[in-house]
Amino acid sequence: MAQIKGTNVSVGYEKRIVAGNINFEVNEGDYLYVIGENGSGKSTLMKCILGLEKTVSGSITFGDSLKQKEIGYLPQQSMIQRDFPTTVGEIVLSGCLNRLGWRPFFGKKEKEAAIEAMKKLEILDLEKRSYPELSGGQQQRVLLARALCATGKLLLLDEPAAGLDPYVQEQLYALIYKINKEDKITIIMVSHDIEAAKKYATHILHIGKEKSVFCTKREFIKENGACLF
Amino acid sequence: MSVLEILAEYLSRSMVRNALIVGTLISLCSSLLGTTIVLKRLSFIGDGLSHVAFGALCIAMVMSLSDKMILVLPVTILVAMILMGSNEKKMIKGDAAIAMLSVGALALGYLLLNVFPNKRSGNVSGDVCSTLFGSTSILTLSKTDVILCGILSCVVVLFFVVFYHRIYSITFDEGFASATGIRCGLYKMLLSIIIAVVIVLSMQLVGSLLISALIVFPVLSAGRVFRSFISVVTASGIIGVFCAVTGIVASILFSTPIGATVVCVNILVFAVCFLFGKVFGRH
Repeated sequence: MAQIKGTNVSVGYEKRIVAGNINFEVNEGDYLYVIGENGSGKSTLMKCILGLEKTVSGSITFGDSLKQKEIGYLPQQSMIQRDFPTTVGEIVLSGCLNRLGWRPFFGKKEKEAAIEAMKKLEILDLEKRSYPELSGGQQQRVLLARALCATGKLLLLDEPAAGLDPYVQEQLYALIYKINKEDKITIIMVSHDIEAAKKYATHILHIGKEKSVFCTKREFIKENGACLF
Repeated sequence: MSVLEILAEYLSRSMVRNALIVGTLISLCSSLLGTTIVLKRLSFIGDGLSHVAFGALCIAMVMSLSDKMILVLPVTILVAMILMGSNEKKMIKGDAAIAMLSVGALALGYLLLNVFPNKRSGNVSGDVCSTLFGSTSILTLSKTDVILCGILSCVVVLFFVVFYHRIYSITFDEGFASATGIRCGLYKMLLSIIIAVVIVLSMQLVGSLLISALIVFPVLSAGRVFRSFISVVTASGIIGVFCAVTGIVASILFSTPIGATVVCVNILVFAVCFLFGKVFGRH
C-alpha cells in the first residue's frame, strides 16, 4: 500500500481552483520531485498533504502505517523568523514534539534523537550556537534535522535550496539523497530545479495550469527530452 | 532617617507589602507572556488590548458598576480572541484594524466619561489620568485583590511552564508546529485569554497606556544579551520582576507615580542591556 495517495486532488484558495485533477502515489523509499511554475499550487498541495489546508476536492489518503502528523516538514525559508533568539539544539529538539503525547517535557529518548539527527546532518558542533548567526546553508540543515526528528518515514521539503549558492545547494541535495538511500526515508520535494530532479528523483509530479502529470523519472525524461518548459 | 530606615518604615505597612507582591506577580506574568507576544510580532495586540480595556473600564464607570472587572475582563478577552484568531495572511489589514479599535476605544471611553461624569468623584480628568497612567489604587489593594492576583499569576506561570515546549514551537514556526500535530488554534486561544487577563490585571499597576511597556521591555532587554530561547525567557522574567520592585520602591521613596517609575526603570535596564550587547555581543 502507498504511504500517500492523492486521487483527483484539486487545490486552491477559497473555492477558486489553482490546480486540479492531481493524481499521485508515494511509496516507501521514493524520492518525489514536485515541480511547476510559481503560483502553480505546489506549496498549497504540500499544505494539503500536511493538513494545514483543505483540498477543494479529491482525497489524500495515508497508508503503510504513516500518520499525517508523522511527516517531517521543512517549510519555505520565508516562513522562518531570522532574528529569533534561539539555539540550534532548541530548534532540533522541538522536532520531537509530536512524540510527547500528553507529557509536558522532553525525556532522554527525545534528546538522543535530536543528537542523532544533528550528527546525521553534520551540525552537532553547532548545537549551542545561536540560529540567527548561522549561514543560510547551515540554517537549512538545522531545519532539516528538526524535520528528521519529527519523522522516521517521510520528509516533505518545500524549496529547501532556494537562495543558497550552488555549492551549498549541491551539498544539501547530497545530504538529502543520503538520508533517502541510507535511512529509507521517503522524500517529497517541491523545487524549481529540474536538473536536480533529473539527477535525484525516482518520480516526478509536474503541476501545470492545463494538467498535472505524475510519472517516473525515466518516463519524464523520455517525454520531455532535454528541453523543458 | 536614612534611606533604609524610611524603607523599613514603609515595608512595615501592609499596603506597601501588598503593592510589592502584586507588582512582582503582574510583572512576572507580563514579562513571560511578553516573550511570545514580542517574538511572534504581536506587540501591537498588547497595546490595542489595553486601550480596549480602558474603554470598557470607562463604560463600567459610567454604569457605576461596583465590580468593574465583570465588564472589563470579558470584553478584553473577547477582543483578544478575535485579534489572535485572525489569519496571519490578513495581518496588514489586521494592523489597521487594531489601530482603529484602540483609538476608537480610547475616544469612546473619554467621551462617555465626559458626558456622564462620575457623581461620586466629579473629577473627570482625575479619573481619566488614573486609568491611563495607573493610580494609587495599587496602594489601596484589599486582601482579596492580592489573593485573586496571586491565584491568576500562578495559573499563568504554570501554563507557561507546562506548555513551554509547545509555546516555543508555535512562537518560532507555527507552520511546522501544526504540521507535527500541535493544535495551534487551541493554544493561541488560551494564550489570548491569558494575555487579556494579564493586561486587565496590570492596569492596576501601571494604567492602560503603560501596560505594553511591562510586556515589551523585559524581553527586548533580555534579547540584547542572551542568545537561547530558554535564557531569554528566564532573564525576561527576572528583569521584569527586578524593574517592578525597584520601580515601586523608588516611587515610594521619591513619591513619584508608580507606573511611570516602573517603566522608566525598564527603559534604563534596556539601555544597559543594549550597551552590553553592543560591547560584548557577537552582532
